[in-house]
Amino acid sequence: MSDLKQKLPTKNTPRANFATTWSYAPAPESAKVTIAPRYDLFINGKFVPPVKGKYFTTINPANENKLSEVGEASADDVNKAVKAARGAYDKVWSKMPGRERGKYIYRIARILQERMRELAIIESMDGGKPIRESRDVDLPLAAAHFFYYAGWADKLEYAFPGRTARPLGVAGQIIPWNFPLLMAAWKIAPALATGNTVVLKPAETTPLTAMKLAEIIRDADLPPGVVNIITGAGETGAAIVNHPDIDKIAFTGSTEVGKIIQKSLAASKKHFSLELGGKAANIIFEDATIDQAVEGIINGIFFNQGHVCCAGSRLLVQESIYKTVIDKLQDRMQTLVVGDPLDKNTDIGAINSRAQLEKINQYLQIGQNEGAKLWQTSCDIPDRGYFCRPALFLSATQSHRITQEEIFGPVVAIQTFRTPAEAIEKANNTPYGLSGGVWTDKGSKIFKITTKIQAGVIWANTYNKFDPSSPFGGYKESGMGREGGLHGLLPYVELN
Amino acid sequence: MPASASNLFHSPTIDQVGVEERVDRLQKRSIKKSSKVHALKLALSMIDLTTLEGADSEGKVRQLCSKARHLHDSLPDLPHVAAVCVYPMLVQCAKEELQGTGIKIAAVATGFPSGQYPRSTKLADTRFAVDQGADEIDMVISRGHFLAGEYAYVFDEIGAIKEACGPAHLKVILETGELGPLDAVRKASDLAMHAGADFIKTSTGKVQPSATQPVTLVMLEAIRDFYYSTGKKIGMKPAGGISTAKTALQYLVMLRETLGQDWLTPDLYRIGASRLANDILMQLMKEQTGAYQSGDYFSKD
Repeated sequence: MSDLKQKLPTKNTPRANFATTWSYAPAPESAKVTIAPRYDLFINGKFVPPVKGKYFTTINPANENKLSEVGEASADDVNKAVKAARGAYDKVWSKMPGRERGKYIYRIARILQERMRELAIIESMDGGKPIRESRDVDLPLAAAHFFYYAGWADKLEYAFPGRTARPLGVAGQIIPWNFPLLMAAWKIAPALATGNTVVLKPAETTPLTAMKLAEIIRDADLPPGVVNIITGAGETGAAIVNHPDIDKIAFTGSTEVGKIIQKSLAASKKHFSLELGGKAANIIFEDATIDQAVEGIINGIFFNQGHVCCAGSRLLVQESIYKTVIDKLQDRMQTLVVGDPLDKNTDIGAINSRAQLEKINQYLQIGQNEGAKLWQTSCDIPDRGYFCRPALFLSATQSHRITQEEIFGPVVAIQTFRTPAEAIEKANNTPYGLSGGVWTDKGSKIFKITTKIQAGVIWANTYNKFDPSSPFGGYKESGMGREGGLHGLLPYVELN
Repeated sequence: MPASASNLFHSPTIDQVGVEERVDRLQKRSIKKSSKVHALKLALSMIDLTTLEGADSEGKVRQLCSKARHLHDSLPDLPHVAAVCVYPMLVQCAKEELQGTGIKIAAVATGFPSGQYPRSTKLADTRFAVDQGADEIDMVISRGHFLAGEYAYVFDEIGAIKEACGPAHLKVILETGELGPLDAVRKASDLAMHAGADFIKTSTGKVQPSATQPVTLVMLEAIRDFYYSTGKKIGMKPAGGISTAKTALQYLVMLRETLGQDWLTPDLYRIGASRLANDILMQLMKEQTGAYQSGDYFSKD
């Protein structure tokens, strides 16, 4: 350890100065979008008020202003939604030829594309993510997912040659707040393509784009009840999970909640797929292309404020290049713009909620108490709203909580390693196994290392790249089942 | 070779895909209003106003020097360009025109643009330009030797030219369009800096592609690494193909986010261009008046 400490960057090293006299003027995306003051529940093709008449507020985390209020679905509302989904499944959707189902899904995809700009803005307002990402990542990928699975709807016999793929029935889907619309697409598209009907619940802090998607689904003329979207918090989710007439639960969210769900499903015949937390190792070998690897570290942990289950939140750097990588990483971090999510120049937007910001701040304290060295950039952050300066922990160790637990924020814990064997051991020494990254210029090494890391997705010389045709999912406590690609059809079918 | 050059043959490798992604992200910066005006004026002050034609004459160079002094006098508070860049034979003429203006005179030398001449000729070419009054020498490296792996030859040649420059600043043109992959661009950058370059420069403008943003990013990163390890600040000059204000802004964004404040000056950053100045002037006029004017409202040279 004493050796490592000597290698920490010192003030004597010449360093670039990013406090420039030329700074970027605000370049805000126009926020002229239609957000209704109130959204009801979308059940059986119509927007209906919740049975108990309760609503809750959704705010803009960048300024804490109220954006709208949405219905709080009770067990009765869940029951209505499941009934609608069951009816649509029995009478229409399960009997419709795949070719026809595909047409509806294509239609959703096209309307999404047409309304991309509006939806990107609402996504940034409700969730806090920078417009650069909602515009260039979330929306294009969400549309691509619908397009991709629309294509499978009439080709299931080719997806599973020699077998018959039957839908499961009614799927209850519960999605997180980090990629609200994209996760809705990941869930709804394969379910519809395989002939299931859906009851979907978006996260309570980010319901708006899901309600916009409900409008799109209505406008696409989907038969009533095929997709139902209801809003609410944990209790609503529990009512969906425990509803006796649901055949399949698909959940994306924390490992903690995932475990509760799995327990409550233990004695039922419900199918389920879980996509849970992660603590991915991003491994930088000394023969990596360093400047591009530094960019990969940035994309790995600071994408979407670090609210990414597959974020590269553990950085493993080979000791021989440690100082170089840290110097460059810190310089690059100094150029990250933190602030208004709607500004086109913003790299890191608002933390999704006060609760999440508090959790991140707690970990920043825990890390320091454990003896790791916290470093944060010196950028300005807005006075209002929930913001966190990008952070890294030097001298983190495998025994620290900041190395073991998912922080879900713009915080990376950095460790060194000496040999490939040590890197692999550290990478796998975690309860999670969702993703990983390997950086080396040597092709053979890529194959050698990636095959030994237990994770569902491993990126080589890049990070956080997604494609609807590529399956995504975890090992160990990161979940079970795959979403995306051919594999993403499996959790929604029974094969005969 | 000095000890600092011992790392030459271990230049970092470069991943083109990653570089292009970074460039793509930098291009998404949105530069508006006051920020845009500031940057456009900065870009103007960094221009090496260039004419490098076989047909160049004293008359042409006098016109160019006049443009360098009077970019657009109806717009207040404009900087002058950094330098005028000409062939050695026309240095003296430019010198007369630019006396006392603070505008530097750069001369291309060393058998520009091909560099396929004996070292004695290159040295004589350089000394002539310096004697004529050039403040800066833009030399070309021997790409043939570089590509053949004769790095020591290229290194020694740059060193010899640097010596022949005396007090004049040396810009080393890598002609990246002839070097191929970005790995080679990085290696040539490292080699030139260790051999004594004050500036490294992308291209002559005579070979396509000339300056590109991926190439420039790789060179800026090489400059930053050189600064980290030696504390010496080397300048950067992309040249060729940068003809619009929008592109110039993208290059400045890249500079700002790679090397930071210290490099946002004509002392350490130049843009080699012949047409860029007028496009910037057009944008500045538009910021002032709200309307675009036709090209005929700006002097061509």
